[in-house]
Amino acid sequence: MTDTASQSASPATTPTAPPSRLREFWSSFKENRGAVVGLFVFLAFLLVAALAPILAPYAPDAQYRDALLVPPFWQDGGSTRFLLGTDALGRDLLSRLIYGARFSFFIGVLVVTIATTCGVLLGVIAGFAPRIIDTLIMRLMDIVLSFPSLLLALVLVAILGPSLLNAMIAIAVVLQPHFVRLTRAAVLSERSKDYVTAARIAGGRPLRIMFKTVLPNCLAPIIVQAALSFSTAVLDTAALGFLGMGAQPPTPEWGTMLAEAREFILRAWWVVTFPGLCILITVLAINLMGDGLRDALDPKLKRS
Amino acid sequence: MSAPVLTASNLKRHYEVKGGFMQPAATLRALDGASFTLTPGKTLAVVGESGSGKSTLARVVTMIEPPTEGELVIGGKKIGPEGASRDRDLRAMVQIVFQDPYGSLNPRQTIGQTLMEPLLLNRPEIDRKERDRRARDMLSMVGLRPEHFDRYPHMFSGGQRQRVAVARALMLEPKILVLDEPVSALDLSIQSQVLNLLMDIQERMDLAYLFISHDLSVVRHIADEVMVIYLGEPVEMGPKDVIFDAPRHPYTKALMSATPMADPSDRKERIKLEGELPSPMAKPEGCPFNPRCWRRQEICLSVEPELQGGNPAGGGHCFACHNPVPEDETAAA
Repeated sequence: MTDTASQSASPATTPTAPPSRLREFWSSFKENRGAVVGLFVFLAFLLVAALAPILAPYAPDAQYRDALLVPPFWQDGGSTRFLLGTDALGRDLLSRLIYGARFSFFIGVLVVTIATTCGVLLGVIAGFAPRIIDTLIMRLMDIVLSFPSLLLALVLVAILGPSLLNAMIAIAVVLQPHFVRLTRAAVLSERSKDYVTAARIAGGRPLRIMFKTVLPNCLAPIIVQAALSFSTAVLDTAALGFLGMGAQPPTPEWGTMLAEAREFILRAWWVVTFPGLCILITVLAINLMGDGLRDALDPKLKRS
Repeated sequence: MSAPVLTASNLKRHYEVKGGFMQPAATLRALDGASFTLTPGKTLAVVGESGSGKSTLARVVTMIEPPTEGELVIGGKKIGPEGASRDRDLRAMVQIVFQDPYGSLNPRQTIGQTLMEPLLLNRPEIDRKERDRRARDMLSMVGLRPEHFDRYPHMFSGGQRQRVAVARALMLEPKILVLDEPVSALDLSIQSQVLNLLMDIQERMDLAYLFISHDLSVVRHIADEVMVIYLGEPVEMGPKDVIFDAPRHPYTKALMSATPMADPSDRKERIKLEGELPSPMAKPEGCPFNPRCWRRQEICLSVEPELQGGNPAGGGHCFACHNPVPEDETAAA
């Protein structure tokens, strides 16, 4: 303590390192308990997805003809050989769910990446471009937004052909107008600030102004939207899978699993319940985390 | 007197305002014919009420916007309505300090990054180390401590931020500094600190200041010359003492009489202007000041007065009025 005081030029103030952005963020994030729980569930989900081949007791598509629709181990007729039971084709439910996490995570990441990249790019362009281009982009986005999102995704998949990849592209297209609007709004409010003018006077070229000066200041709402879109992506892909327009049957995707199990709802509750629960928990966790992110990143809500 | 570093002649900046439903498009004459010169080491203060075109003038001089008419000559280079070229040297000549210290610094950049950015963009020949050194030198010149270098703007007070803004403006070693109400957002005690810093720097770097303000006591403190503008037109111009003590234009006189004085015994007659500033989209015919002037005559309604008396660009006292306040009357006041 005395050491630092003698080193500093002015003894009246002891130089303390300013709290880093990350630490500041974490301290306001952890105030929201639900968000922290959401984060841990999400991390667990991530871990399961990454370690699927190690964690899963069986291959996701391995069939055991001697064990069709075996109930979970705590029910009569169940055994610890298949912890969560098996489906109508004798495949281990737990293994399929674990592998399903991989798909869901993959879907979320890819959809959000595509939607965010395109959306932010278009949004920044709309925010800076002359009026005509701005209007053109925004009206186009309004058209996309005017369709019920799942319906539009269904139409797109119908055009592209049903497959997991096409379903993801369709969902990304449906999600991306939200990013465009959000980015444009943020850019418009930042663009007129003096620091942007100052950067222009300092000689910043338009591209530098757009992406280096303005965009970083617009990121907070975009990050939140990306986190929340992750859950929408998981949910919508499951919905498309359920309707037979997403991942195709042998794939252990949660929504597709639900669709396959539909006819056994009354006879074997577990084949429907567990994939449904997985979707529910994942989406809930991500939404909780997203809410916490918003609270931590939005300066208007921040208590200083 | 040294040669002027900037000469502005008949600068105009008009904006086209789109007509709404059943309304014709209109022209907003934000700046309507300003001529002046800036000399190294001297301060020209521009005063006027809100909406008189002060900030537009700042934007035109800083080459953020090209003038609609007229031209600027900066260091021998002409800038006309075609706009400023992307000439690095020219851009580096004029820098600006904004009014709002909270909006003028990028919240995602440290102070160091903010200071080094102009060098990075305009002097690519300077290497990282040298950039860093110059930024740190500048920081100490404006009275901030070295440990402030890596901090973010939100950790600073308004006065400190304004110092950073001044430092950024000086990084390219400009010849002209446009100060757009640099202290009006600050506390009174901080105002004087920043003003003293500015005067100090002016002396050290031989800068020409274009100081925009509506605060007459601040202007009195810092200015060498004063230009009073009304509806985008200069109405009176001259050395500070003349403008403050013997104004000839009725508007200037009214403006000066509105300055609060810390002397209860001095019961000065306050001239109250009636009405509002007319819209710059529909300027009155003749003298722009005629609807509010108490010395209005027949001629003021039809003929616009020219700046007269003294050389408008040479630093003499001049004013645009058909029926100026008599000299003996101003002296008495």
